Amino acid sequence: MLRYFKPVIFLACLAPLANLAWRGFHAELGANPIEAITHSTGTCTLVFLLITLSVTPLRKLTRQYWLIDLRRMFGLFAFFYGCLHLTTYVWLDKFFDVHEMLADIAKRRFITAGLAGFVLMIPLALTSTKGWIRRLGGKRWQALHRLIYLSAAAGVIHYIWLVKADLRSPLRYAFVLLVLLGYRMVASMTSRKKAGAGIAPATKIEVSES
Amino acid sequence: MLIKKASDIRSSEITSRSLYLNRRKFLAGAAVAGAAIAASTGLRRLINPTTVAQAGNKIDGIKKSPFSTTETITPEKDVTHYNNYYEFSTQKEEPADLAKNFRTRPWKVKIDGLVDKKQELDVDTIIKMAPPEERIYRHRCVEGWSIVVPWVGFSLSELIKRVNPQSKAKFVEFTTLLDPNQMPGQRRAVLDWPYVEGLRMDEAMHPLALLCFGMYGEDLPNQDGAPLRMVLPWKYGFKSAKAIVRIRFTDKQPLNTWNISAPSEYGFYSNVNPNVDHPRWSQAKERRLGEFFKRPTLMFNGYGDQVASLYSGMDLKKNF
Repeated sequence: MLRYFKPVIFLACLAPLANLAWRGFHAELGANPIEAITHSTGTCTLVFLLITLSVTPLRKLTRQYWLIDLRRMFGLFAFFYGCLHLTTYVWLDKFFDVHEMLADIAKRRFITAGLAGFVLMIPLALTSTKGWIRRLGGKRWQALHRLIYLSAAAGVIHYIWLVKADLRSPLRYAFVLLVLLGYRMVASMTSRKKAGAGIAPATKIEVSES
Repeated sequence: MLIKKASDIRSSEITSRSLYLNRRKFLAGAAVAGAAIAASTGLRRLINPTTVAQAGNKIDGIKKSPFSTTETITPEKDVTHYNNYYEFSTQKEEPADLAKNFRTRPWKVKIDGLVDKKQELDVDTIIKMAPPEERIYRHRCVEGWSIVVPWVGFSLSELIKRVNPQSKAKFVEFTTLLDPNQMPGQRRAVLDWPYVEGLRMDEAMHPLALLCFGMYGEDLPNQDGAPLRMVLPWKYGFKSAKAIVRIRFTDKQPLNTWNISAPSEYGFYSNVNPNVDHPRWSQAKERRLGEFFKRPTLMFNGYGDQVASLYSGMDLKKNF
């Protein structure tokens, strides 16, 4: 079942890119196409980060445990759109002007936050393979991959710091992120309580796919 | 006051007609060559969407102006579908549709404050005060993009002269219509409504300061500030108030909406200045709509020869 389902999801994840390309080639990206590309790749990065973060709560709440098989793909799509977003900035906004980009990173806090969010995704993308999970060991791998919380938070802050006056849209992302992280806090507190009620101290931490 | 002409049209720089036409042929040839390469065609279309002119009422008897630039005019479709007009929406594509049914007649403009002839003027009376001129100006948004627009109007000074401001009047304040029924963006407190803007009296009297009621030879489209707006080409776009219902003369520096919203980011003067960055982004360059590469931003948006003297001796880093 999942064998057939997964490629469909994979293609669906590419839909925003296909849509962007389609609109680009039909001159439907509006008066400032480069801005449109920047915004839509940025939005996709955030959306896929949040989708990735919603896999664990969703599979626990719905008991659809197979959902875990999609998490890596979603995470890598977040990284993929993040790469496109960064490329847009480096190429179409700064035209590879290293000096200007360094000044931006140092001076513009929304750039700093955005870059931090991206950089935090790099080790996660690199260690996303089965081989790396084995090499690092489940617990260490999991600890490392909690960096996605920071990455998503940096992404949302990047968006909040970027807008001029209308915070509605970035705050929507912030709200979803807080719900997803809040779920984890509550879940870990209740599981610690359970562990505390048991005989042994929490030597065996439940492998929760964060 | 000695008014210099626009610096960007020194007679030595004016292209001869034959050369201009040859250039067209050359450009057409280049376009054909470019079209052969699929990728570049795509890119061309990506950055330069096709234009569709909008229907509107033609304005008769428009005079040319020496203040006009010879730079390529931005396609009308871009200027009418990429609008920062928060009274309608914070999304630039939306005012075109949301302002569709905006009522621009009847329209009164209240003239008050430190002025001899306090009055309410009908917008059509104002429009007839002086002959309409086409002013092709560069327009630079504080966000880092720019356009070239053939506005239609006349110098604000024409109106000011006719209403006799008192000598105590040192500033002019403009107020935009407050009508949340017609302007859905005003239903939320994104900004402190109604939108207000201000100028120092000498800025307001400067001939470049345009009282505008048209563009591209026609009536001003609703999403671009109809029926009456300011155009101040040496200042960031937000200084140019739209849909003006009140012009008040005062002895105190008026507040301006973006300054109220974020005082550290938007000053009273807001002159285009590549050397003073917005706290969150650089102002050194800009993206001219329709162009792929960014271009350097010019001091006073290239109108320094005409307006720099207004600010001589002022620290423009402090008075941003």
